[in-house]
Amino acid sequence: MIPELGHFALIIALAITVVQSVVPLFGAARNDAAMIAIARPAAYAQLFFVFLSYLALTYAFIVHDFSVLYVAQHSNLLQPLLYRISGVWGSHEGSLLLWALTLSVWTAAVALFSRHLPDVLMARVLSVMGLISIGFLLFMLFTSNPFERIFPAPLDGNSLNPLLQDPGLAIHPPMLYMGYVGFSVAFAFAVAALLGGRLDATWARWSRPWTTVAWAFLTFGIALGSWWAYNELGWGGWWFWDPVENASFMPWLVGTALIHSLAVTEKRGVLKSWTVLLAIMAFSLSLLGTFIVRSGVLVSVHAFATDPARGVFILIFLCLVVGGSLALYAWRSETVSSTGSFKWFSRETALLLNNVILVTLAVAVFVGTLYPLVLDAFGLGKISVGRPYFDNMFALISAPLLLLMGFGPFMRWKSDDPTRVRKSLSVVLAVSLALGMVLPFMIDGALKVGAGLGLAAAIWIGITTLQSYIKRFRSASKIPLAFTGMTMAHLGVAMFVAGVTMVMTYEQEKDLRMEPGSVYEMAGYEFKFLGTRKVQGPNYTGDEGRIEVWRSGELIKELNPQKRVYNDQNNPMTESSIQITLMRDLYSALGEPLGGGAWSMRLYHKPMIRWIWLGSLFMTIGGVLAVSDKRYRRSRVAKPGVVKVQLAAGSRP
Amino acid sequence: MLVAMLVFGVGIATVLALTAFEENLLYFYSPTQIHAGEAPQNRTFRVGGLVVDGSVRREQGSLAVQFELTDNAEVVPVTFTGILPDLFREGQGIVAMGQIDSNGLFVADEVLAKHDENYMPPEVADALNAAHEAGKTGMPTTY
Repeated sequence: MIPELGHFALIIALAITVVQSVVPLFGAARNDAAMIAIARPAAYAQLFFVFLSYLALTYAFIVHDFSVLYVAQHSNLLQPLLYRISGVWGSHEGSLLLWALTLSVWTAAVALFSRHLPDVLMARVLSVMGLISIGFLLFMLFTSNPFERIFPAPLDGNSLNPLLQDPGLAIHPPMLYMGYVGFSVAFAFAVAALLGGRLDATWARWSRPWTTVAWAFLTFGIALGSWWAYNELGWGGWWFWDPVENASFMPWLVGTALIHSLAVTEKRGVLKSWTVLLAIMAFSLSLLGTFIVRSGVLVSVHAFATDPARGVFILIFLCLVVGGSLALYAWRSETVSSTGSFKWFSRETALLLNNVILVTLAVAVFVGTLYPLVLDAFGLGKISVGRPYFDNMFALISAPLLLLMGFGPFMRWKSDDPTRVRKSLSVVLAVSLALGMVLPFMIDGALKVGAGLGLAAAIWIGITTLQSYIKRFRSASKIPLAFTGMTMAHLGVAMFVAGVTMVMTYEQEKDLRMEPGSVYEMAGYEFKFLGTRKVQGPNYTGDEGRIEVWRSGELIKELNPQKRVYNDQNNPMTESSIQITLMRDLYSALGEPLGGGAWSMRLYHKPMIRWIWLGSLFMTIGGVLAVSDKRYRRSRVAKPGVVKVQLAAGSRP
Repeated sequence: MLVAMLVFGVGIATVLALTAFEENLLYFYSPTQIHAGEAPQNRTFRVGGLVVDGSVRREQGSLAVQFELTDNAEVVPVTFTGILPDLFREGQGIVAMGQIDSNGLFVADEVLAKHDENYMPPEVADALNAAHEAGKTGMPTTY
């Protein structure tokens, strides 16, 4: 009964969403206040019914209702409560429902928090978000109904991959979706501006906080996925350039470009049509990412053909959203063209370059990810793109971006004096380069250009970011939170770059055979293998290795990596054991027993790997701080005057 | 000036990208294709198939391991030094990345098996299908 209610709630939600998207759109065109006023309550009602439906599915998971096919496929009686709740988004149908719910939450949030928006703009934004929601609800109802029953109901559900039962992984998809779907707000604002033919600084100021929140969620979600992979997959990597990862990384790159171009559009009224295009691209890539991961294209391109309904629907929906918005852009972008101007040596140019580089990075990832899929789809052969392509491309293209990051925040809007910038920054640049080059020498006595440049970039960004913060601190009594947020995020990038450089240059990985009593030395640490003992967990049995780590005659820690066999599984699982400090990780994992108490095992030394996730966390916090800035909550009369003055000043030749 | 710089930058990036792309493309070959001599020498590629039952042999005192891969039509011997993934076992579909030596032995740098025990790498599934359809095997593949 409950699952049917959930299904029915979904249908009602669809009906409401149709009203939410059609009526206000007409109302906005005819300036009919009554029709416009429907948008907001409809958005709340949609959230209510989608949430009801979501609760119904969660309930089916909690009470083990195996008569629901999706529940039977993705949970069983032994599954702990936490993983029954997160099991809802464990696969295709449920994750679509979570997607739809997330979209409803964002829509309702826009309706609730944007009371100061002009009603017409508001109506258009909510209506565009409604149109996207219609697409997803239809997709679910026609091709991927999570409430489908099976008869007879099985007594127990499927066993679940224990690897996926991890708190980090449980909250990873919701965080990612908050990011993906959050870009729909920027998208809706962009389309609304194109429809209305009006795009000014206030528009950018309204759309900015939403984009930044979405970006922060996406940053956090991606970092969480990377951290989980490092901890759980048992071979100590933090990023694999896997299509699933790339799918989330492309919208992140374009989203990062978008939050920077929005800043230019808000402050200076330029780059308007570019900003709109980026908003469309960011959301289109989010859609593409969702479908790459969830449609089964990756498992096999031919799964597409075996279930044509889903594949065709997805393709049509993507074409409608991407094609429709791009057509609208081509037709209307004239109306939102920029009003201000800027000299080539200015902060605008720096941010434009930032955008060009970020988009180029996204294109490089796009080609590497999609090309093999396309080739396979047309039966032209099976290929994959190796890691070195991504690694090298990324290092090469992002190098100028890192250099630029030092200059950007330092440069003045509209026009700056190259001499001033050179005077202030050339010493810092020289010092960063020198320090960066000397550091590798101090670490192991060898000169390493790549590592030197990476460290120099991190130092350069770190110093210049702090420098401009201190300068601002001296000149103004109060620093806006948005500026503090930017500082945090840029420091995060510096930490990230330092972490990646150190890990990629100095990590030591050794797969070896160890007998009880044997010792292996790595990076100044002695790993002494004492042997293994049997362990018994709640739903697994296994072997636990005992590895003492010594340094200069002092016992630091005993590492206890495990090899587990879960009760309902045939295959063993590797449980790594890691000793963490800020400056290095010591990583150990068991391989296989080789007879006579000997084991194959992995011993890794990973310098500064924590900085990768710490940097990502700094970026996330930076995003949250920036959004908390109170100027985003000021009423609509407060700011425009200031902006106009700036614009007037900017338009002088 | 700015436009020229941008065009120049994008041009360089494109050339670099295409070169890097071409160098890092990994082609996939089935055991049948390797036997037919289609696979390149001195270039890394990927091969996939089922691990032949009873073919896995460890060398004493080292991490070297040898096994055979099949698409149910032809067999390719593989050698690998290192730790095999948890889901590696006889009868399982896996993908190996490496180069083939002059004796026809595939020297793998990496062996991949996905985290799901019921999962069949798509390339392997297709290779098995192709071999089956070519009529070389009487045994139906089940997956």
